[in-house]
Amino acid sequence: MSFLALLLTLIFVLIPLILSKTLRLGLEKDTLIATVRSIIQLFAVGYVLQFIFESENMLYIFLMVTLMIGAATQNARKKGASIKGITWKLVLTFVVIEVLTQGILLGLQITPPTAQYIIPLSGMVIGNSMVLGILFLNRFTSEVASRREETELILSLGGTPKQAIQKSLLASIKASTIPTIESQKTIGLVQLPGMMSGQIIAGADPLKAVMFQLLILFLLLTTAIVTSIMLGFLSYPTKFTERMQMIE
Amino acid sequence: MEKQQAAIYLNSVTYRAGEKEILHEITGTFAKGKITSVIGPSGAGKTTLFRLCNGLLSPDSGRIQIDGRDILSLDPISLRRQVGIVLQQATMLEGSVRDNLALPLQLAGEDLSEEEAARIVQEVGLDTDILDRDSKSLSGGQKQKVSIARTLLNRPQILLLDEITSSLDRVSKQDIEKLILQINREYGTTVIWITHNLEQAKAVADQVWVMMTGEVVEAGTADLLDHPEKEAVKQFVKEEEA
Repeated sequence: MSFLALLLTLIFVLIPLILSKTLRLGLEKDTLIATVRSIIQLFAVGYVLQFIFESENMLYIFLMVTLMIGAATQNARKKGASIKGITWKLVLTFVVIEVLTQGILLGLQITPPTAQYIIPLSGMVIGNSMVLGILFLNRFTSEVASRREETELILSLGGTPKQAIQKSLLASIKASTIPTIESQKTIGLVQLPGMMSGQIIAGADPLKAVMFQLLILFLLLTTAIVTSIMLGFLSYPTKFTERMQMIE
Repeated sequence: MEKQQAAIYLNSVTYRAGEKEILHEITGTFAKGKITSVIGPSGAGKTTLFRLCNGLLSPDSGRIQIDGRDILSLDPISLRRQVGIVLQQATMLEGSVRDNLALPLQLAGEDLSEEEAARIVQEVGLDTDILDRDSKSLSGGQKQKVSIARTLLNRPQILLLDEITSSLDRVSKQDIEKLILQINREYGTTVIWITHNLEQAKAVADQVWVMMTGEVVEAGTADLLDHPEKEAVKQFVKEEEA
């Protein structure tokens, strides 16, 4: 894509700006901020990636992944503000997911140990884990509130906190994991996944693109279930006191 | 009442919810093997007192002893099995009556036998047909009876009943009253129950506690309601009887 062609893509920004102005939707400022931010952020990442790919230094890869985990934690922690120590719980979850997935990919030599593979795959895994984490924390907070009577009943009968909160925990894990499983059922039928589309546009063999896309999909299944389960089991004890009482 | 005869002994128990003081320096005894009615207007702190005794809450200051042992020295799980509580809302879990009755045993890693299920429903005055019914389809009175049966399956030494008859019709109320007397007489269980009904409080109790604004204003034998000493209690009795 030439620079001129890239400039011309700004037409797709002009269209919403004109429509927003005409219909007085008030979206102009946010659209402009989003446009400028995406240009700066993506170019910055592009240059950083170019530098890392060329240097092939493991330290830079490590720093890049650390940065991703930091950003994902910062984003997700707001949703879990009611959970004590949510920051380190998120960090631990993202680290475990990253080590687990990269451990399998690199250990079994499914992907080569180069920045070109590690960084984009880590980005997808941590990004999805972050979204899953937010979904889980939202659902868990509302489940705990709506099942409060039931939870207290089980405690009052001599149940442990884990027994008392089990239904809320399982319902939240299931609810946050289902969208990932459901979206995989229709993939390729409704829309082509972003990464696969990108590879095809860049001239890759469609079948090779499909194979990589499948790798990502399966990776995200593990990411989804491990994120929800880990966050769930790390979070539920914070809802109780040492005397096994529910915290208001 | 001597401390050693106490099922529950409270010494200067205070509980706050945030800035608000719900219970203020409660001191008193619930006699072992007896039935005590706790009465008082809404907001008196009666339910909070029960939740403290069952260990669902902890006091901010003061001490609670169960059968002579400080509540904090007891494991919360064994405390809650020893001091059973039936909550006002009679919460039913999804599933059948049998599933609900099996809950306390399952929590302890045991199963509810068919004989035990049949025995307990009959004991609380229900037919065994009810075991397979969806718990959500029960009437208010049935739910309360199943709640009592569920708590009884833990074989508690002390049973706390939190306004379990408030939304029931006259016949169901009488059934529950009989059941309370039966549980107390057959098993020697100490029963402490909250009621708004003064007639009930007198009829089904050896002792009465009158609570107002987080304090015990009068306590004694059940006939104290006929001759209250404190002006506030006289006023309360008058209003309730009106």
